[in-house]
Amino acid sequence: MTVFLIRRFSQSLAVLLVMSLLVFVGVYAIGDPVELLVSAEADQFERARVIADLGLDKPLWEQYGYFLLQSFKGDLGTSFVFNQPALLLILERMPATLEIAFAAVILSIVIGIPLGMIAGLRPHAWYSRTIMSVSILGFSLPTFWVGLMMIMVFAVILGWLPASGRGDTVDLFGVPVSFLTWDGLTHLLLPAVNLALFKVSLVIRLTRAGMRENMLMDYVKFAYAKGLSHARVIFVHVLKNILVPVVTVVGLELGNVIAFAVVTESIFAWPGMGKLLIDSIYRLDRPIVVAYLLITVVMFIVINFIVDVLYSVLDPRVRLESKS
Amino acid sequence: MRKMIGMAVSAAAIALAGSAYAADIKVGLSSEPTAMDPHYHNVGPNNMLSNAVFDKLVAQDAAQNKVPGLAESWKQLAPNVWEFKLRKGVKWHDGSPFTAEDVKFTMSRAGNVPKSPSSFKLFTGILTEVEVVDDHTVRMKTKDAFPLMPEYMSVLIVVSKKHGENATTDDYNSGKAMVGTGPYKFVEWVKGDRIVYTKNPDYWGPKPEWDKVTVKPVSDNAARVAALLAGDVDIVDFPAPSDLPMLKKNPKISLAQTQSTRLIYLHYDTNRDKSPFIFDNAGKPLEKNPLKDLRVRQAMSLAINRKAIAERVMDGLAVPSGQLMPPNVLGAIPDRKPDPYDPAKAKKLLADAGYPDGFKITIHGPNNRYINDEKVTQAIAQALTRVGIKTDVVTMPSGPFFSKGTALEFSLLLVGWNSGTGEPSDPLRALVSTYDKATGTGATNRGRYSNPALDQMVADSLKAPNREEWVRLSQGATAIAMNDLGIIPLYFQVNVWAMRKGLDYVARADEYTQIQDIRSKK
Amino acid sequence: MTPPLDIATVAIVDEPLPPPQTPFRRFVSDFMESPLAVASLIVFSITVLIAVFAPWLSPQNPYDLMQLDIMNGKVPPGTEDIEGVMVFWLGTDDQGRDLLSGIFYGLRISLFVGVASAFISLLIGGAAGLFSAYMGGRWDVFLMRIVDLQLSFPAILIALILLAVLGQGIDKVIIALVVTQWAYYARTVRGSALVERGKEYIEAAHCLALGTRRIIFYHLLPNCLPPLIVIVTMRVAYAVMLEATLSFLGIGLPITEPSLGLLIANGFEYMLSGYYWISFFPGVALLITIVSINLVGDHLRDILNPRLQR
Repeated sequence: MTVFLIRRFSQSLAVLLVMSLLVFVGVYAIGDPVELLVSAEADQFERARVIADLGLDKPLWEQYGYFLLQSFKGDLGTSFVFNQPALLLILERMPATLEIAFAAVILSIVIGIPLGMIAGLRPHAWYSRTIMSVSILGFSLPTFWVGLMMIMVFAVILGWLPASGRGDTVDLFGVPVSFLTWDGLTHLLLPAVNLALFKVSLVIRLTRAGMRENMLMDYVKFAYAKGLSHARVIFVHVLKNILVPVVTVVGLELGNVIAFAVVTESIFAWPGMGKLLIDSIYRLDRPIVVAYLLITVVMFIVINFIVDVLYSVLDPRVRLESKS
Repeated sequence: MRKMIGMAVSAAAIALAGSAYAADIKVGLSSEPTAMDPHYHNVGPNNMLSNAVFDKLVAQDAAQNKVPGLAESWKQLAPNVWEFKLRKGVKWHDGSPFTAEDVKFTMSRAGNVPKSPSSFKLFTGILTEVEVVDDHTVRMKTKDAFPLMPEYMSVLIVVSKKHGENATTDDYNSGKAMVGTGPYKFVEWVKGDRIVYTKNPDYWGPKPEWDKVTVKPVSDNAARVAALLAGDVDIVDFPAPSDLPMLKKNPKISLAQTQSTRLIYLHYDTNRDKSPFIFDNAGKPLEKNPLKDLRVRQAMSLAINRKAIAERVMDGLAVPSGQLMPPNVLGAIPDRKPDPYDPAKAKKLLADAGYPDGFKITIHGPNNRYINDEKVTQAIAQALTRVGIKTDVVTMPSGPFFSKGTALEFSLLLVGWNSGTGEPSDPLRALVSTYDKATGTGATNRGRYSNPALDQMVADSLKAPNREEWVRLSQGATAIAMNDLGIIPLYFQVNVWAMRKGLDYVARADEYTQIQDIRSKK
Repeated sequence: MTPPLDIATVAIVDEPLPPPQTPFRRFVSDFMESPLAVASLIVFSITVLIAVFAPWLSPQNPYDLMQLDIMNGKVPPGTEDIEGVMVFWLGTDDQGRDLLSGIFYGLRISLFVGVASAFISLLIGGAAGLFSAYMGGRWDVFLMRIVDLQLSFPAILIALILLAVLGQGIDKVIIALVVTQWAYYARTVRGSALVERGKEYIEAAHCLALGTRRIIFYHLLPNCLPPLIVIVTMRVAYAVMLEATLSFLGIGLPITEPSLGLLIANGFEYMLSGYYWISFFPGVALLITIVSINLVGDHLRDILNPRLQR
């Protein structure tokens, strides 16, 4: 286990290093942030002052070296635009993003698993076919398009839900959350559903596949032979078996959900870190872009690690398979 | 409770519920400030919101005319000395009195905020001395004669010396140092989500109307208008031009609009012999840059149907232009007309210049900077192609666009210019003056147009002993730049605000949404 | 590091697909069983034909600025153009571009981007996967480490940064899509190749002392095809969608040669204003295309999965 941990850690560090270098150079190549910062009225002297102040007059390798040195001290740089630590700016926005990401994941489980089970139990029934065909829509429709349509229908035409923003928040353990207020909840619904759409389809398909395969297995026949009720076989025995892979995949997907929140947040003006990333890419605020990507990679590594550990704990077959 | 109120099915019949009659108001803005510190970053979103909490010596009215602010009056004592008489009885939000010392402190702070991404040094740098004559009189002194002091003072936010000394940008962002003299007090800024203000009942000017003002940044145009229609916000800036016909028809919405001082223009490489994106009809780089020939530039200007662009592409939100500033602005030429649309003459001029079959060029434009920028860039390409200048279009986000433009990587580009002071000295100095690191001029001259006669006039105008002389020189310099077609002026944008019925906002030429000017209709 | 999954690969991971035990004819008759799948295939074939023959089918060349006139901008479906030469059956966009032609050409670009990126990813990823599976050992570990690294990073973020750096253009969009997608193919091919490698016919090939390349390409590859077919169809659909999303975010394709996604994104701001056709018709075209590909892919997976054989 220790060896495993050390290897994981060193690999992750290498990934971070490569990633930071690529992004650093990448964003540098996009353009000169000073162009967007300095007002057009400014004269040459003012431009020169800003370039020097932001440290952009130094060669790129020196800028990167300085960044590396600082990042070991926990400082991921200072935003060009806000003159505040990039890490702080991102952490400020993180709760909002995590909130819609978790909401989306929960929605996809709550909606996806029952539908998937129905479709898996009677794969040839008309309603199962309908569920499956509709689930194809779920990953055929571009997120941005669905998001805008939802605003049109539910906010503008029907006027049921607010179109954008986060609404009222209350502090839960010092973190602002919106799902505990009515206003916050109404703001949360549309973006969460928008983000969940893709994942609902995924969960439906996974559950259905698991259902179909498990129903053919011996243990199910055995359970029926033992005289267990249909409901008990399905909801206790089969469900337990399909939940493991479904939950695992959904857990792994969390990272992707957070990444796709970029699109959803832009459309719903949700004040999360994805919106900050898009804005920062447009503004060429390199420290934020680099810090964001590093934080996402770290989050991915942590999530994957937890899932790996959990998976091997939950499902004994995993270990057996890896041995054979 | 806005839930389930209206089951209206058409966008035109939306129930605008929400806090319609409470004394609160929500404002949806296209952009968010980068800091609360009024001296941190000289950009529109910051400046306009600072105006709610703070005041300036000289205020700008909706048409950018200079009107008394914290200074009741001003006069030019000598060509290089301006005296400002301060308003008496003005109090900071903490109750302490506003005095000339605050003004003196402001002038020392405004240009010197550490790590400012774009400072106000441009405006404070010319001051050699700020003399406090008494508590309510200050004199601004400059080395040479300077005619534009009221204009410069109309962009500098006055902060409290007591709270501003040693205050960092963070202290302003957190609210600690956000003590102003303005109509609203600062409450909080949740980045990316909202900025909240409350009423300052002791304001010296027109009494603020709203108990609480919440500003929400919604950058997507469609989402911002949707938020207005859904009743999430009460007023929005910059609705997409395409939404205007719908908004006009909506009985629950009213609009305010006015001509902006933002000029959209074409800039081109008029300096180099070989330009990176100019080719002959076979696609080989041209040895001679056709844009150096005035006739070609004239042909390009005549090929563009400004009126059609204003009507069709901008949905009426553009006013064709023939110069740098709208004709009604002080320093602009009152009777100069935009170039007409004359494709026949354009073709003839091209033939005269030796390009009867035209040539190939690429136009570059931003796709997230100005109203309909991408569409206008395309329309320009269409117009040029139709007179024989076969034009490719490349658009990109403003980040790479401006850095490549400044690095002179383009041959023809679509850009915009907005003047913070509302007069032509900025574009004359930074846009059409010769690019010169020694004098600091021409910093935004991305085509490297250069005319020594113009340079001299611009330099003289900034040292003009009086306003009349300055106006004369500004007009002269503008005329030179326009006759040379150093840039091709296209149109001025029209600024629009959309709000729920019952609100009133006087549309501003400077694009600013000033929350203190949002009123309920009397 | 366990990489995240997506719709297309889940199908594979969850239901590993050995080669079909039935001949081609069985496959065809299986496919014909589902009227929905057949209909989708027909629809998809039509969209492909339209895409291929767009220049001959379209009343206008929407990419030729000479043929556009802003005075024709935003006219509703069925309007005649100002010179009375043609009729805009589906209306025009803000530049006066005939939407019917725009959709035909847009379909061409969308499908080209989708298919080209899938094909190139398949070549690169497939080669890497086969190589990895065949060589095993250190090579396998090394290659799969890279694949995991790549997959551990959200596709949309990679594409976003990459396109911001590269700039606009069809070629650049394809590069970005290949970079984000090759790893999926590599992992799928490796997975099924590993299963195949252990089988007797490969051993037999070894015994015959056939060359490595010959074994890989003539024996291993054909037997790995079924899961690849499924993943390719779904990846094409995904690529088309990703391209639309990137174009929506303002990076991706040049504005003068819009794909379906770009047409939608451009037209969307007119939705509220009643110019519904600018965004609506391209949206329908995109939807039909993606859904038909996905329905075909979905059914292919069902019939190629022996565990579910009836």
